[in-house]
Amino acid sequence: MRREGSPWQGLGTVLLKELADHLDSARMMLLALLMVLAAAVPFYSAVEQLRTTTSEDPFLLLKLFNPGRTLSVMQILGFVIPVMAIGLGFDAVNGEHNRRTLSRILAQPIYRDALLAGKFLAGIIVLAVNLTCLWLLVVGFGVYFLGVPPSGDEFARSVVFLVTAIAYAGVWLGLAMLFSVLFRSPATAALLALGVWLFMTLLWPQIAPFIAQQIAPPDIRYLLLGALDPQTYAWELALSRFSPDLLFQEAARTILTPTTQSLGPILDQIRQLRGEVVGAALPLRESLAIAWPQAVGLIAGAIVLFVATYVVFQRQEVRA
Amino acid sequence: MNEPVITARGLTKRYGEAVVVDALDFDIVKGETFGLLGPNGAGKTTTILMMLGLTDVSAGSAIVAGYDPVRQPLEVKRRVGYLPDLVGFYDHMTAVENLTYTARLMGFARNVREARIADALARVRLSDVANKVVRTFSRGMRQRLGLAELIMKHAEIAILDEPTSGLDPQSTHEFLDMIGELKREGVTVLITSHLLDQVQRLCDRVALFHGGRILVMGTVPELARQVLGAGFVVDVEAAAAPGKELPARLGAIAGVRTVQQTGDVTYRLTADHDVRAEAARAVVAADGALMRLSVDNPSLDAIYTRFFEKQTATDGEIRNAA
Repeated sequence: MRREGSPWQGLGTVLLKELADHLDSARMMLLALLMVLAAAVPFYSAVEQLRTTTSEDPFLLLKLFNPGRTLSVMQILGFVIPVMAIGLGFDAVNGEHNRRTLSRILAQPIYRDALLAGKFLAGIIVLAVNLTCLWLLVVGFGVYFLGVPPSGDEFARSVVFLVTAIAYAGVWLGLAMLFSVLFRSPATAALLALGVWLFMTLLWPQIAPFIAQQIAPPDIRYLLLGALDPQTYAWELALSRFSPDLLFQEAARTILTPTTQSLGPILDQIRQLRGEVVGAALPLRESLAIAWPQAVGLIAGAIVLFVATYVVFQRQEVRA
Repeated sequence: MNEPVITARGLTKRYGEAVVVDALDFDIVKGETFGLLGPNGAGKTTTILMMLGLTDVSAGSAIVAGYDPVRQPLEVKRRVGYLPDLVGFYDHMTAVENLTYTARLMGFARNVREARIADALARVRLSDVANKVVRTFSRGMRQRLGLAELIMKHAEIAILDEPTSGLDPQSTHEFLDMIGELKREGVTVLITSHLLDQVQRLCDRVALFHGGRILVMGTVPELARQVLGAGFVVDVEAAAAPGKELPARLGAIAGVRTVQQTGDVTYRLTADHDVRAEAARAVVAADGALMRLSVDNPSLDAIYTRFFEKQTATDGEIRNAA
């Protein structure tokens, strides 16, 4: 049995209304302020550090995002983006339920598709606008303080980083919206989404190696040599990449540090052991090739979560 | 005026094993005001949601305003206005902004939108607060704003789910008047309620709904005959002369079904027509002193109470709660 009429009817209206709501809200202001303040500290320390090495460094602009040694804007974004995305999405659908507006809105000539897609797109647009503003601030102030214009390659890399950050935001927005459909109470949805985030960011990196060792116990010969069994390590990497946080960090690091030639800590460690200072900088295309699976993983994650939200929402009863 | 605008045939809703709405058949004709009555949890809201395509239909079919809500929900929702039980609005937006959002979803052009919204707010007497945020609105005002939404849509069919629950008597009265206006304009109104006197005042026909089924359906006098066995209740207050048996004489009047003594000198008759004149004659013939004689139109309240009593017990005696 097919339903008639476009699922997108009313999408624009919902999108505009949700955008206006976000942009007007005190919550949005607070989250944006949080993001700028959180990024200001690492940005400032990066500028201080780079001033002394301006003449030697070929990738000044990228170093502003990720200077390497100290806490970076990139790492801060890894924390702030989930908080923002969850903050925007956790009451998307259950809020409508609780205000008793859902059945009234769905009694208008639109499908549920339009309502959900409109809310998701509005959230992504708001996050993208915020991240772009932050990106402009970093690039603008960076050029101002350091006095060196970025090269085309650096500029392109920083734009790719921005896009990756938006995809990462999409994953957490999708999760927050899924919970807003699953749980009637916004507080429950927010707490669980934050819980999943903390689990993925803090606990999963500890748990993944443990599970990997259970699945593929390391060979005794490697243990005696004090090295990692490649099979165990492959499992560990595969498992830990379920964490969106790791995917984001890997992709961002590859893009922002042109010398990154492969992902995973092993090779980096080996290089450090060898006393190798810097490898040759890769061209953008090759960096993209390395970061591609991670970036696609993030986008796919966002889509999977959105689809799950969609399926649950379509089957949900409207009545309060 | 007799073309049906809402038709249900075998309309059924099941959740797993539980049958919430069980094979409903009914027709509502254009311009009619139809009341769906029943206790909470009888399946009234589920029936409404099925007619709007907001919940799946397990079996059977419905045609609303000429469209199938399962396959053409957008067409149905364009023509039907739905006022949910305890309607909600966006608190941070004004009355006009809330209605503008709905109007945009309906796809109205800006000039149409503004005129219709102003007109609808005037009709429900909310023009003064049109630009106030809804957060400050009372329950009654929100309910009226919900009605303004239906007026703004120019709905052909208005579906009102428990529209007066939680309103104070003054607001209830105003609200019912507004529904009456809609009805006079030829809008078909489907109203669910358990506040029976209101439904009786407004509705052309009512259906008693219980356990997912329509048990009886018709005009109030028809229901009275079906359920109470008689449509009229006459109260007689008369002191008969000693030795004259008044109850027997009253009971002998043609058309009287039962006589019940409700006090020392008061009697209640149920009859299939208005028997006041005959009752007066009977009292006088018994040399009695007639003090009061009154007739009650059959009350839906009595029908309802009686009906659901009948559902549980099957005692034969007809009592009246009127």
